[in-house]
Amino acid sequence: MSAALLRRPSRRQVLPGFGLTMGYTVLWLSLIVIIPLSAAFLSAAHLPPARWLQILLTPRVLAAFRLSIGASLIAAGINACFGLLIAWVLTRYEFPGRKLLDALVDLPFALPTAVAGIALATLYAPGGWLGRLLAPLGIQVAFTPLGVTAALAFVGLPFVVRTLQPVLGDLDRDLERAAETLGARPWLVFRRVIFPALLPALITGSALAFSRALGEYGSVIFIAGNIPLVSEIVPLVIMTKLEQFQYSEATVIAVAMLLLSFAMMFVVNGAQLALQRRYQPRR
Amino acid sequence: MSRREDSPGSDTLSRALARTLLIGVALSYLVLFLVLPLLAVFTQALAKGVIAFISALRDVDALAAMRMTLTVAAISVPLNTAFGTAAAWLVAKYEFRGKGFLLTLIDLPFAVSPVISGLIFVLVFGARGWFGPWLGEHGYKVIFALPGMVLATTFITFPFIARELIPLMQAQGRDDEEAALSLGAGGWRTFWLVTLPNVRWGMLYGILLCNARAMGEFGAVSVVSGHIRGETNTLPLHVEILYNEYNFVGAFATASLLALLALVTLGLKSLLERRHPELRSPRAEQGKARAAR
Repeated sequence: MSAALLRRPSRRQVLPGFGLTMGYTVLWLSLIVIIPLSAAFLSAAHLPPARWLQILLTPRVLAAFRLSIGASLIAAGINACFGLLIAWVLTRYEFPGRKLLDALVDLPFALPTAVAGIALATLYAPGGWLGRLLAPLGIQVAFTPLGVTAALAFVGLPFVVRTLQPVLGDLDRDLERAAETLGARPWLVFRRVIFPALLPALITGSALAFSRALGEYGSVIFIAGNIPLVSEIVPLVIMTKLEQFQYSEATVIAVAMLLLSFAMMFVVNGAQLALQRRYQPRR
Repeated sequence: MSRREDSPGSDTLSRALARTLLIGVALSYLVLFLVLPLLAVFTQALAKGVIAFISALRDVDALAAMRMTLTVAAISVPLNTAFGTAAAWLVAKYEFRGKGFLLTLIDLPFAVSPVISGLIFVLVFGARGWFGPWLGEHGYKVIFALPGMVLATTFITFPFIARELIPLMQAQGRDDEEAALSLGAGGWRTFWLVTLPNVRWGMLYGILLCNARAMGEFGAVSVVSGHIRGETNTLPLHVEILYNEYNFVGAFATASLLALLALVTLGLKSLLERRHPELRSPRAEQGKARAAR
């Protein structure tokens, strides 16, 4: 067989199964994800825009959005700080129990949200292990926005740590050594050499934690107390509307939430691209 | 490596100090926010003694919830394993337009709130939904029944296995498969004997994570289940019911089962990562790729 004959089929045609896997993937994706999701948008589109505003602009829904977004932002901020610290400690230092801690970071991923929810509610309840310590200081966590934030911070931690770890492990240590040789103190090295390299991953991780927190339900509802206008998150409002068979209300709020989540996805990707352009050309 | 000449001693000292301080803070945070809730689950479960704990688990409704949880997972995990494998083969082995868009669509369920994941299936299959009236006439029940719970769980866990397999298959390329094909093996034979053995640990890893989420899912299942005791209750829903009835021993006993599942999952996951470091590295590459996007 001549070499020309061997080379003729393009590489994509060599492996069979393109049609099969493409068909199966697209079909299954449509059935499970695209059609159900579009059901929400189509149902909401049936309603006139005035009805939309009427549903979204009630004090209860507005308060829920304010709480969900605010608490998620604060939780993402907490996760950014402590996630960075934990990722740093886990990648840069050797100490007994490091591997155990490393595995433990994924606990919020693995622990069912309802379990986390009742555990946190019990810990922070006025008579609980932590609630008892905080009560004399005048801090009440359970049934307040603070409780919502605490639950969201629990849920989001692994996102930041797991996004940062590989980047931290891959950093070029020679750059740090060079900076040190030139006389930079550790804090300056961190601020000017290490931190800029971590920033894209830090932002990605925090943004992932934020979007997870926005939609979180199970771990929040037990500790939040769910007082309308005070400690009621958006997913709970949707749930309450559903239980009262107010489907159009639930759908409109859900679509607003979905748009917010999808907008977050785009913002994150855009920010990543911009940061990448700014910090990457060094290599 | 030359150290700064003016104060070599103080530099090392401050470094050691910073190290101790940082480890201390990280450790305290993890203990306070991760270990303590876990401990609380087991302490509360055993608060009234072992006998109360065991009898809470042998309750008829608890057993029914266990069966339901196992059934839902036993259906949705294989469904997503098959999908994940097909999607990974498609994305890793071929070049085509719209691949990035397809990947975004596969990831979409991760961006959707669990409650909304349940809601969308109510809108399609519920009594007032698109197919609800037709289903009702023909005597099928999807919402407030097993099919709805399987659908919602499948949606929630949709990306898990695909996301493990795609970077792994991409890293392995097409050479092995092309070699097998050039030696005369058919497509399916190549898949079973070459591709699958190459990715089996990654697949197991994905199944592990998918299963943990499928068994622990709460929000989405809560919307479509209707909370019918002994019928459409899963373990997480059973936890909620008992907790709201102030049956704390029962709630935490059930919760401790789920916490145990989480711990076993984490243990197996670390074991797999240690035995097969490549499971972590392609994910790391993926992490970097996401960060780079």
